[in-house]
Amino acid sequence: MQEQEENPPTFTEQSLIEVTVNGQHYERSIPVRLLLSDFIRHELHLTGTHVGCEHGVCGCCTILLNGEAVRSCLMLAVQADGMAITTIEGMAGTQSELHPIQQAFREKHGLQCGFCTPGIIMTVHAMLHENPDPTEEEIRHELSGNLCRCTGYQNIVEAVKLAAERLREPQMGVEQ
Amino acid sequence: MKPPRFQYCAPHLLDEALALLSQYGEDAKVLAGGQSLIPLLNMRLAGPAYIIDINHLTELQYIEPEDGYLAIGATVRQRQVEHSPLVQQKLPLLIEAVRHIGHMQIRNRGTIAGSIAHADPAAELPALLTCLNGEIVAQSIQGERVMKAEEFFTGYLSTALEPGEMVVEIRFPWIAPQAGWAFMEFARRSGDYALVGAAAVITPTLDDRCLNAHLAFHGVAGSPVRMREVENILVGTTLDEQTLQEAAEKARDCVSNDMEDVHATVDYRRSLVSELTKRVLKAAWVRREQ
Amino acid sequence: MTTRWFGAAVQRTEDPRLLRGKGTYVDDIDLPEMLHAAVLRSPHARARVTAIDVEAARALAGVHLVLTAKDLGGVLEPSPLLVPHPALTQPRTQLPLALDEVRYVGEAVAFVVAESRYVAEDALDLIDVEYEPLPVVHSLEVASAEDAPLVHAEIEDNIAAHFVQTVGDPSAAFASASHVLHESFSVERGAAMPMECRGVLARWDAHEGMLSCWISTQGPIPIRNGLAAIFHLPEHKVRVTAPDVGGGFGTKIMMFYPEEILTPFAAIHLNRPVKWIEDRRENFISSNQERGQLHEVDYAFDDQGVLLAVKDIFLHDTGAYTPYGIIVPVITACSLPGPYRLKNYASEFTVLYTNKVPVSPYRGAGRPHAVFVMERIMDGIARELNLDRAEVRSRNFIQPDEFPWDVGLVYQDGGPTTYDSGSYQAGLDKLKAMLDYDHFPECQAEARTQGRYLGLGIGYYVEGTSIGPYEGANIRVESDGRIYAATGVTSQGQAHATTFAQIVADQLGVRPEDVLLTEGDSQAFNWGVGTFASRAATVAGSAMHLAAVKVREKAKKIASELFEASPDDIELADGKVFVKDAPHRALTLGQLAISANPLRYSYGENARKLMSMRLAGPRPGPALPAERGGPGLEATEFYSPPHGSFASGVHGAIIEVDPTTGMVSFLKYAAVHDCGKVINPMIVEGQVHGGVAQGIGGAFFERLVYNEEGQLINASFMDYLLPTAAEIPSITVDHVETPSPLSPLGMKGAGEAGVIPVPALFASAIDDALAPSGIRVREMPLHPCRLYELLKATQNAQI
Repeated sequence: MQEQEENPPTFTEQSLIEVTVNGQHYERSIPVRLLLSDFIRHELHLTGTHVGCEHGVCGCCTILLNGEAVRSCLMLAVQADGMAITTIEGMAGTQSELHPIQQAFREKHGLQCGFCTPGIIMTVHAMLHENPDPTEEEIRHELSGNLCRCTGYQNIVEAVKLAAERLREPQMGVEQ
Repeated sequence: MKPPRFQYCAPHLLDEALALLSQYGEDAKVLAGGQSLIPLLNMRLAGPAYIIDINHLTELQYIEPEDGYLAIGATVRQRQVEHSPLVQQKLPLLIEAVRHIGHMQIRNRGTIAGSIAHADPAAELPALLTCLNGEIVAQSIQGERVMKAEEFFTGYLSTALEPGEMVVEIRFPWIAPQAGWAFMEFARRSGDYALVGAAAVITPTLDDRCLNAHLAFHGVAGSPVRMREVENILVGTTLDEQTLQEAAEKARDCVSNDMEDVHATVDYRRSLVSELTKRVLKAAWVRREQ
Repeated sequence: MTTRWFGAAVQRTEDPRLLRGKGTYVDDIDLPEMLHAAVLRSPHARARVTAIDVEAARALAGVHLVLTAKDLGGVLEPSPLLVPHPALTQPRTQLPLALDEVRYVGEAVAFVVAESRYVAEDALDLIDVEYEPLPVVHSLEVASAEDAPLVHAEIEDNIAAHFVQTVGDPSAAFASASHVLHESFSVERGAAMPMECRGVLARWDAHEGMLSCWISTQGPIPIRNGLAAIFHLPEHKVRVTAPDVGGGFGTKIMMFYPEEILTPFAAIHLNRPVKWIEDRRENFISSNQERGQLHEVDYAFDDQGVLLAVKDIFLHDTGAYTPYGIIVPVITACSLPGPYRLKNYASEFTVLYTNKVPVSPYRGAGRPHAVFVMERIMDGIARELNLDRAEVRSRNFIQPDEFPWDVGLVYQDGGPTTYDSGSYQAGLDKLKAMLDYDHFPECQAEARTQGRYLGLGIGYYVEGTSIGPYEGANIRVESDGRIYAATGVTSQGQAHATTFAQIVADQLGVRPEDVLLTEGDSQAFNWGVGTFASRAATVAGSAMHLAAVKVREKAKKIASELFEASPDDIELADGKVFVKDAPHRALTLGQLAISANPLRYSYGENARKLMSMRLAGPRPGPALPAERGGPGLEATEFYSPPHGSFASGVHGAIIEVDPTTGMVSFLKYAAVHDCGKVINPMIVEGQVHGGVAQGIGGAFFERLVYNEEGQLINASFMDYLLPTAAEIPSITVDHVETPSPLSPLGMKGAGEAGVIPVPALFASAIDDALAPSGIRVREMPLHPCRLYELLKATQNAQI
């Protein structure tokens, strides 16, 4: 990162950025026009985050930026300099166990082709963090920023309800 | 859909940003939340040679109650406002409007000022600002300029900003404590831009009649439309059914003749405006302090 | 033999991988030295191309290749016509790059390969094409008008095909009927919009002479065959794999899309891997669309509401080319009779070219149109005679004892449209119960007193599924005891890896998770057709079953020899093969697989264990007798259905309409579905949910809006509205299981069912909700503005 206070800012087409992704620190020199979604997928090879529209509607590219759900296709990677990102790859608790949200999706058949799924899981993670006991209407409203073409949303909603229930249960060692 | 080439800079001081803006003027675009600009870049509908990222301008990161208005700095995110206890307490109408903007993911990045500077005809905040007769503070290296909402919005995606100027603050005037307020839209889907939308503030007299009303629409013309003719119909009345019917009829005039798109004809928009007027006025009136 | 896994709601094998973000979609694959492609697309719906200047693009730093039509050599040929038909007298398919004419906005004009997609798109901006715009055929009305401009200069009247089919004696039936009505219906274009756009990655290995492609496709094996022909390579030197595919819905069964030829071409030419990923804007203007038809319908019925005859004359919009033949209108024509006894039917369709994206099947593939027409007919009869809508249908159903029922038409597979089985009244009864149909008029009347407009709509369909020509399966038990299965179809979310594993697990006495499926890889299985037309579960699943039965029989035979028992006394369970009533005489499947492969040497834990067992020694004669059918525990089988089998179902919904705004919300949605025997009810329900959501999208949210210049003016997700979780209601699904006598497991297809009846029932519900206005919906899709206009135009507009 540059010391802006000392040097006046200059325009560049290439920039050095530092990001923490799923707890791991990365430093990369990248074109300034590189989208954050492409940075995550092709620079860091974390291909779990998907690209569906590149105009901010489908939500397939949703990640957590400093804990908040954002559309990575609507950010330049340079804008993530100094920030902490969580992607789908950072969700599972351990190697063998799925995060309660992922487990709920499995049990309720909340995914078919799986393309929208990582974005939805990141959205659900943020949603339940803010509202641990949502009604069905609230769930559907909060999910309306993520498109799914396979499931008709029904089982996704059921999965979110189940995940919310499980996350509310006091349990030892469950990562929130 | 990848952005074209551009030069990028992320100053940390407002003065630096203004200096760059003044130097590159029309070839430069300010990047705040990016929720409007980056889709345009991705679709190559915009191709600025220079992008000035203002997200590091911490001096513009404030939500401050001032005398007569709420001041919001240009880098404040929509979600910050949505979660601000101050705003919840003192200007909940703003929160009701913000909740209609897109989805949570958009509001986590999008800024209040950015939505206003982008001036999309179907956007919520320009209409609210127009309704409240709010102000936009712009700055350049020449100094500061304060503009009223109605002079700021000049048409489809157009504002009165000059090259070299950027929005630094938005001022939402306070509402009288006894006033009722409401914000509503008709949209095709949850989170969509409005087909038509409205913001209404109605202040009652001591004997529970309409003292004054503010009513503005979005999605009806290139810029938000403040309907004073409709407001005048309401003054002195109890917003009875007949008054509302008259107001609803008159409100149809706010839809300009070129507002036809894939979702709505002009005639249909007028019909929606008519229905929306009744609903938003009723909702605002119900909220008043009696 | 009891089946333990068939019919069970087994959780999906695919899920952990996909949930962790470890799926492999085409764009997830990065190969060393890979380059990236972008396509220059025509901005005009119809124009002559007079010059293309690519010099500036070629000179841009980072650009490796710019191709125009003239650079393609022998590859510059129209792509194959996939499904010829005698009535398709004027077929046309697309060149990989336009040569001197473009016929739709989005048609590929040039292909750029560069260091990154970003640079490739920069290069597109530098290509200078001179176009001479020509008059545009932007709709069926324009295409069929006198003196219409011609999409293909040599094709008169823009007619690609004209097909007439007649059943019975419609003229006589019309002449003698007490009631005859005429109506016009229209269905407008929509698009599949899978969340993953298309994509092709190609790699040429010059040392091996091997072309490998990863394509987001529903038909990798036919593509492999086609690429081999196009590039003059032996089939076994071309490998096409469909990795994880993020939704297909028909739009990915089309072949060849130009990029599927251009990308391998570039990879061969550059000797470097080349990847092309479609972006969403391209998906709107170059991935095939469907649904445009105009119907003129006459129908005759008697005083009891029994349908006597139908005459349906329709126009079908095929877009600028006919890559998939006339499958969609053929299906429309054959699907129209539905579950009803229609003995007199005159069907005539004309397929017209327009200057729009070409048309090939999208989920439903012509059936939604047919069901829309027929269900509107049923409602029309009910309205005319003041009869209950469900009652009219009941009076017309084919009865259970009337199967097999010959509709009298030739189906898309060239075989007869003969319904194998069905229980239509049972389905309707279930649906009525789910919606509390009989009490609804009360609720509706009550709501109207409160100024609310509720309506109930139903839609019945019969869906031809499970057509041939065939699919195959290979099953092999390896020495570690795991079972590897392979087939030529591929999945885009339908969970074949789970459902086929269930079928195999039942035969081999293992758990589904012990069966590992490879599909969609032409190297893993050489023969196959593809996933479309609701056929994969039945056809490939049946092949899986047959192969598993073979492996089971072989296992029993070998075990019977080793244990010196009768094959009838051998059982398979828990991964073991053992003698009934003497379970200590057992081998694991892995051990049996080793025993089945007589070698001088064998390896591993299982082999060592075998040595220590007391098994019958080798017999005199060949170590591998001919009747064994080869070494190991392996079998390959194919299944070719005698003809398609016909699933059915009925959906119903209760909606609320706001007549002042035209907005509609769904209060209740119920689906009854009969796809014969069900492998995994959870999967089938998921398919129905998804189909219903696409149906609701296609009825009320999604419309592709073309202007008079043939420009798609809503080519983004901001203005082409896919329904979200907030717009789709909860859907209750119930099953009827009328087994198909045609396939070994009694299955019928399920993939498309959900979408088929939705436009019909939506129209039915709106008519019902707004009955006082006299409205009659004859078009799909609707949207609030249009509903507002229709209401205004009706006679009793003041509600």
